[in-house]
Amino acid sequence: MHAENEILFRDSAAKALLDPQLRANFRRAMDGLITKRKAQFPDPRDLQDLRDLSTAIRSRSLLNLPSLLEQFEAQATRNGIQVHWAETCDQANELILGILRSKGAKTLVKGKSMVSEEMHLNDFLEKHGIEALESDLGEYIIQLDGETPSHIIMPAIHKNKDQIARQFSQKIKDAKYTEDVDELTAMARKVLRQKFLEADAGLSGVNFAVAETGTLCLVENEGNGRMSTHVPPLHIAVMGLEKVVATLEDVAPLYSILTRSATGQPVTTYFNLITAPRGAGEKDGPQEIHLVILDNGRSNIYADPQLQATLRCIRCGACMNHCPVYTRVGGHAYEAVYPGPIGKILTPQVEGVGVRHDLLHGSSLCGACGEVCPVQIPIPEILVRLRREATHQDPGSQVVGKGTGRTSSEDWAWRLWAMANKRPGLYRIITWFATRFGKALPAGAPLIKDWTRTRTKPVPAHRTLNERVRAKGVPHV
Amino acid sequence: MSDARTAILGRLRASSQVGPLPDLDTAVLERRHWPISERAERLRKGMEAVHTEFLDATPADWPGVLRAFCDREGFKNLLFGPTSEAGSILAADWPAGGTQLMPYDRPVEAFKDELFTGVDAGFTGTVGGVAETGGLLLMPGPAEPRLLSLVPPIHIAMLKASTIHDTFWAAIKALGWGRALPPNALMISGPSKTADIEQTLAYGVHGPKRLIVVLVNDLA
Amino acid sequence: MKEVYFYATCLVDLFFPDAGMAGIELLQAAGVRVIFPEGQTCCGQPAYNCGYWEEARDVARGQIALFPKDIPVILPSGSCAGMMKNHYPELFHGQPEEAQVRAFSSRVFELTQFLVNELDVKLQDLGEPVKVTWHSSCHAVRDLGLVGEPKQLIAQLSKVELAPLTREHECCGFGGTFSVRQPEISGAMSCDKAADAEATGASVVLSTDGGCLLNVNGTLEAKKSPLRVQHIAEFLWERTRAR
Repeated sequence: MHAENEILFRDSAAKALLDPQLRANFRRAMDGLITKRKAQFPDPRDLQDLRDLSTAIRSRSLLNLPSLLEQFEAQATRNGIQVHWAETCDQANELILGILRSKGAKTLVKGKSMVSEEMHLNDFLEKHGIEALESDLGEYIIQLDGETPSHIIMPAIHKNKDQIARQFSQKIKDAKYTEDVDELTAMARKVLRQKFLEADAGLSGVNFAVAETGTLCLVENEGNGRMSTHVPPLHIAVMGLEKVVATLEDVAPLYSILTRSATGQPVTTYFNLITAPRGAGEKDGPQEIHLVILDNGRSNIYADPQLQATLRCIRCGACMNHCPVYTRVGGHAYEAVYPGPIGKILTPQVEGVGVRHDLLHGSSLCGACGEVCPVQIPIPEILVRLRREATHQDPGSQVVGKGTGRTSSEDWAWRLWAMANKRPGLYRIITWFATRFGKALPAGAPLIKDWTRTRTKPVPAHRTLNERVRAKGVPHV
Repeated sequence: MSDARTAILGRLRASSQVGPLPDLDTAVLERRHWPISERAERLRKGMEAVHTEFLDATPADWPGVLRAFCDREGFKNLLFGPTSEAGSILAADWPAGGTQLMPYDRPVEAFKDELFTGVDAGFTGTVGGVAETGGLLLMPGPAEPRLLSLVPPIHIAMLKASTIHDTFWAAIKALGWGRALPPNALMISGPSKTADIEQTLAYGVHGPKRLIVVLVNDLA
Repeated sequence: MKEVYFYATCLVDLFFPDAGMAGIELLQAAGVRVIFPEGQTCCGQPAYNCGYWEEARDVARGQIALFPKDIPVILPSGSCAGMMKNHYPELFHGQPEEAQVRAFSSRVFELTQFLVNELDVKLQDLGEPVKVTWHSSCHAVRDLGLVGEPKQLIAQLSKVELAPLTREHECCGFGGTFSVRQPEISGAMSCDKAADAEATGASVVLSTDGGCLLNVNGTLEAKKSPLRVQHIAEFLWERTRAR
C-alpha cells in the first residue's frame, strides 16, 4: 500500500494519540487560542475585508517577487545590511558559520526563527564548536530537553507547568523546584540576560522584509528578539525568500492580522523595525547586520501558479490552532519542521510528495484551516492537488517526487471504483448484493477492519433508494 | 555566493507570472478612526490591558510628575538621553538628591555591565502613539540609544496626547516612515511578556518588567 | 408545476434510502414534481479527493448526462452538493465539456437550502416532544455556506428542542477515505464527537450528510449509546406527514 521510504504519519499520530497528557495539553491550549482569536474579530465584514486586503498584499508581493527581492537587497545594502543568498540549508549554514568565524564569535544567542529550525542551525553550529542558545522562553525550554518545536508560534505548547518545573530544577544551576509561572520565568530571565550580555553574536528570523526601505520587521512579546538583535555586536538574520513585501504601509495590515490570528492579541509587545546597523553618533546597536535569504525549495513552489499560494503564508499558526487533527496529535507527530495544515502542504513540496504521501492523507479535508487562514491559502485544495501529484506524473508539473507515491493496489482500487460507478448496470448488481448480503461481510475484511476499530460495521439498507423509487413510481424523466 | 543569487533570481524570473496585480482596498483600515480627544483614552485602555501604567501630566508639570514618581519608587538612578528633546527638558530642571539622572552618553561597550545590572529605570520620549490597539512609537538613535527602552528593568516613556494616531497604518503614513526609516524604529505596547508556559501570562521575561507612560495632555 | 431532479448520492442510496425517500416526499409535499433519473451512482468525490481525477471525471461525466433539463438538481448531502457545485468546474477545468459542466453545477442545490431559500416551505409539527442536536457537516458549512437553513427548518417544529453541540463546527472524523487511511485519528475525532453529542442530552443527532451519520452512528453503537442519528430529511418528513 505504501511507497518505499515513505514516512508514515499514521504511525506517529497513532502513538501520539495514546498519550492522554499530550492530548489534554493540546486541547486546552487550542481551545484557548480559538476563543481568543474569535474575540479579536467581532465584525465578520471587517475580518473578511482585512483578509482580502492581506491576501492581495501577499499575492502582489509574490507576483513581483524577483523585482522586490532586488529592490530590497539594493536598499538594505545601502543601509549597511550585508545581504547573502543561499539555495540550500547547507549553504545557509556554511554562510553563517563563515560570518561567525570571521568575527571570532564563539557564542550565538538566538531569537525565535523557524527558518533556522528548517536549517537545523543549532546542531550544525554545535558541531563546529559554536554555542547556539535559544532565548525565546518556549524555545529555551525545549532546547533544554533537546526537543524541536511542536508549534510554530508556541514551541513548548506540548509541555505543562509540572514538566517544565521538573526540567528547570534539574537543568538550571542552583534552581529550586517551583510550579509558579512567574518564578519559572524569572529563572530563565536570570540565565538569559547574562547570555545576552556576553554573547558574541545574535540571530533572528524576519517576519516581513520591506523592499522600499530595506527594513527587517520583527514581531515579538518577550524582548528576546530585541536583545538578540541589539545587544551583541553582530546581528545575523535569516529569512525565506518569500518574506518580502513592497512597502511599509503593506506591513501594517499584515501585522494586525498576524497577531490577532496567531494568539488573539490586538498587538504584540514589540514591533521592531531594523533598517541599519549602528550609525554615526549611535551608542549601541550591532556594528554589523548580515541577512541570509534562503530558498530551500521555495523557488520551485513559486513556479506553480496554484501552489505559489503556499508562499503567501505569514506563519501565524491559526491553521494548526483550528485543525482537528493537529489538536489531537500535536506538532511532533508530523515529524517535520512545520506541523499542522500549512506543514502538510509545505513539507511534501520540499521533501517530495511520494515520501510524504501519507501526510497528505492525514486530513479529513474539513476545511477549518482554509476558513481561518488570514491570507486565504486554499489548503484543502492544495492538499488534493498534491495527492494527485503524488500518484501521477503530470508532464507540466515541477512538484518534487511527483508520481512516486503511486502504488498498484491504490491504482487498482480506483480503477475498479470507476468501473463500477461508470456502469449503472454493474453498480446495480453490486448494490443489490450489498443490500442482500452486506451484513455477512467479515469484520476482518480490508477497509472494514480499519473502520471497525472504534465503530460498528456499517450495514446497508435492505433495498437501495434506486430500487425504492422504482417501486414507488417516482418519475425518472 | 553570488552564484546562489543568480540561480535563485533566475529561477524566480523564469517562472514569474505576468498578470494584473490585485487591487489593495484599504477601506477596512480607514474605517478605524477616532476624534483626537478620544484617542488617548483608547490607547490607555489598550495598554493598561497589558499592564502598562500611566501618569497624567500637563506640558508644564510632566518633569515634576516624573520626578515625584521616581522618588516614590525609590529609584537610585534614571538612565536617559541627555541630548534628546525630552531628555534636555528633564535635565534642565532635575532637583539634586534622590533619584540621580544618569546620561546614556557613551558607547554601550564602555558600560555594558552597569547597564545590565546597575540601572533602575530608563527614560525615553516617543514620536507618537497608536489609538486602535494601544502602542508607543519610538525612534531610537544617537540622542536616545536603542537599549534605553530595553535593558533597564523599568521603562518610562513620555507621550504627548496630540501625537496619537488612529492606527499603526495611519502613523506610518503620517510619520513618513516608508520614505525614510531611521536605523531602528519601534512600537511598544507594554512591558515584556510571555505565555510560553501553559499559556499563562507572565510579565518581565527579558525586557522591562514595567512600562510607565507619562501621558502629557497637550490638547487643551 | 415546478420540476426538479433528485440526486440520491451513493451513501443515501445504499445506507439511508429512507432519507432519500423523505427528501423526495418533502419536495412533493411542497408541490414540486420530482424526477429521479435512473443510472445514478456516485458523484465522484472519493476519487477526486484522492487525486484520481481521470477516474472521477469518467464517473462524473456519466452522472451529469442524467440531468439534461435546465431544472434544479437537489441532493440530500452537503458534501456531494459541494462536489458537484464547486469542485466539478475545477475537475473539468480545461476539458472540452467545461462550459456544460459549469452550467450543470449552477443548477445544483443541497436539499435544505432548496427547501428554505427556493421553496420557503412551512412545516407543521405533528410529533411528540423531542430533544435533538445538530451536527453540521464540514463541506456543507465550508463549501456551501450551509449554516442557518437546517436550523430554520428545525425551528419551525414546535415540539422539537435543539440542544447545540459544544463544537458544532468541528469535523466528526469521517472524511471519506480518511476514515480508513487514518483510522486512529479518525476514530479519536469520532469518539469526541459522539461524547459531545451525548453530553447535550439529546436523543437524536441530525445532519445533512450520510458520511457523518454513518460515522457518528457507528461510533455511538460501538459505545452502546442509546443516542441515534437521523438524516434531517427523514426527521422532518416523519414529524410533518399526516398519519
